[in-house]
Amino acid sequence: MNVLDIHRKLEENSGLLIFGILFVSAIGGLVQVLPSVFQDELVTPTTETQPYGALELLGRDVYIREGCSTCHSQQVRPLLAEVKRYGPFSSAGESAYDRPFLWGSKRTGPDLHRVGAKYSDAWQRVHLVDPRSVVPNSIMPAYPWLAERAADPRENIQTRMRRLGMLGHPYTDEQIAQAPDLVSDKTELDAIVAYLGVLGDAAGSAGGMAH
Amino acid sequence: MDTRFRTVSRSLAGEILMVDSRTYNDRVVTVLVVLSLVWAIAGMAAGVFIAAELVWPTIDMGQEWLSYGRLRTLHTNGVIFGFGVSALMATAFYSVQRTSHVTLFAPRLAWFCCIAWNLAVLAGGISLLAGWTSGKEYAELEWPFDIGITIVWLSFAVVFFGTIVKRKVKAIYVSNWFYGALIIVIAMLHVVNSMAIPVSIDKSYSMFAGEQDAIVQWWYGHNAVGFLLTGGFLGMLYYFLPKQADRPIWSYRLSIVAFWAFTYSYIWAGPHHLHYNAIPEWVQSLGMVMSIILLAPSWATMVNGVMTVAGAWEKLKTDPAMKFIVLALAFYGLATFEGPMLSIKSVNVVSHFTDWTVGHVHSGALGWNAMITFGTFYFLVPRLVGAELYSVRLANIHFWLALAGTMLYILSMWGAGVSQGLLWLSLDELGELSYSFRDIMASMVPYYALRFVAGAVFLSGAILMFYNFVKTMENRTTVTRRIPEVRTARSAVEAVA
Repeated sequence: MNVLDIHRKLEENSGLLIFGILFVSAIGGLVQVLPSVFQDELVTPTTETQPYGALELLGRDVYIREGCSTCHSQQVRPLLAEVKRYGPFSSAGESAYDRPFLWGSKRTGPDLHRVGAKYSDAWQRVHLVDPRSVVPNSIMPAYPWLAERAADPRENIQTRMRRLGMLGHPYTDEQIAQAPDLVSDKTELDAIVAYLGVLGDAAGSAGGMAH
Repeated sequence: MDTRFRTVSRSLAGEILMVDSRTYNDRVVTVLVVLSLVWAIAGMAAGVFIAAELVWPTIDMGQEWLSYGRLRTLHTNGVIFGFGVSALMATAFYSVQRTSHVTLFAPRLAWFCCIAWNLAVLAGGISLLAGWTSGKEYAELEWPFDIGITIVWLSFAVVFFGTIVKRKVKAIYVSNWFYGALIIVIAMLHVVNSMAIPVSIDKSYSMFAGEQDAIVQWWYGHNAVGFLLTGGFLGMLYYFLPKQADRPIWSYRLSIVAFWAFTYSYIWAGPHHLHYNAIPEWVQSLGMVMSIILLAPSWATMVNGVMTVAGAWEKLKTDPAMKFIVLALAFYGLATFEGPMLSIKSVNVVSHFTDWTVGHVHSGALGWNAMITFGTFYFLVPRLVGAELYSVRLANIHFWLALAGTMLYILSMWGAGVSQGLLWLSLDELGELSYSFRDIMASMVPYYALRFVAGAVFLSGAILMFYNFVKTMENRTTVTRRIPEVRTARSAVEAVA
């Protein structure tokens, strides 16, 4: 019985073919993806990595909603030029509270993983509402609506934090209780600026090259 | 208007309810082809618009739903899940019936797939504009849509495999293996990668965090390219190329080897999207090696396709469908060569995060996926309605617009990507950065302008095709075709024995 004869069995039995495809395509994922999913040290936060505060969390969710990650990466590669341009290279533990991860695949604009230390909150506010007023040849969209909206219009910041708590983010009851007060009079612009401000706070703690 | 709506809805209901086991069920195929064409125009138009935004950033007029970050996902979802999947469903339903010599299993479920899928893409597209997104590339739709998509996909599996189970031909033809792999693997990827905890109707948090989320996402993302945009469309190729060339596939043996090698090795290649990112070194290296190995099954299929066409070259002079299919094969070869090259870490260090990636994706998406679909539709549409194509001349013009658009697109993005990659990494003799990010970004204007033109040229070709098909189908309905008796070489042998 040669190989073609064996294969004929697969070709003539749809159940076998379905099983064959599932089996053969699953091997790669089992060997390559599964170890990472169960290797806890890859998502163990670095000592300086904290879960996002209430306002920062809302800001991060605005960042996701506006698709910022389609043009901005948050991943400084361990290359001399990148470390010089952006700061310490990224480590896995820094993203331990990132759901989803926002490393990105494209830099139409610059990397933002270390942007917190680079610009003042005031600059970020002006830049988000009218990018070309501070960077004349910028091609970034303007986000005027962020300044006009409440940061938490549905008042579900506590639900967000509790859901993340279910996934292992160590929010204390006190933090959750205080959350509504922290965000009640804030706009989406306040929230995203707060988020951008903490980007890079945990930089370098896992051995990434310091400035 | 009201009576017209009633007539249309009644005739659609009539078509859904009409089941005849002696004839092929092609009406659902026609509807899927038309919907696919609509998505092609809409999705590509969104692409051209966001290309323009990168040249003239204020044309979004401060409207959030016109903002690049939201429209970009509408573009990718529209072309992949609207245009691409509708075309795959249409051609899978068409070819599985013919290669099985039976009518569709559960035809009403097939109609459900057609209608529910397109409603999901439409509502999903609107939700993306409203800012509902999971933030995971090519899996942006939020959890209510993820559940809906899973149900439709399972229905697709029931119709497809159900048809195969009741086939009258003993062997399952090779195109069906590819469509089968599409259905099975995409189901696996989608379910795992979409796992999330909902917060509200429009928001959820991924079950995976950080580095793990990245690995799972690119296991999904790369294999959505692998099993949907490559495998699914190879199913299309393996049925429609031999049909169009009027010759059997060149090597049956090669198609077996290529299929299993493809199914086995593609799944490993995802981590090349995360080179030099914060994932374990061994995962990156393994991803790179498997990406390079992937060249073998990819090119085996290309060789099989080209050798099938060899001997039917004269058709290229007259047949627009054949031109598109052969050109698609050429771009398939180019993209599947470029992919492994870009996965090599020392090349990737330059190309990663640049427009080179965008160019690579489009050499596959425009050159391979769109072209093979156009070619297949030029073959299919006249047959579905039993008429000659309205204008061969328009189809030929479309061919040249599609080729010019694709080439311009790839060249502009090569130029942009290679310059970005090299300029970002460039250090002067003192070891300081040679160029600021802003200056490099500002130097992209000519490339981005050229890319906008390229997209517009490609889109204009697609609009011509749409017009051509509207004229071809005008005042015609889908022809009902009887299922012929099984007459294969093997069944003849068995009959004698």
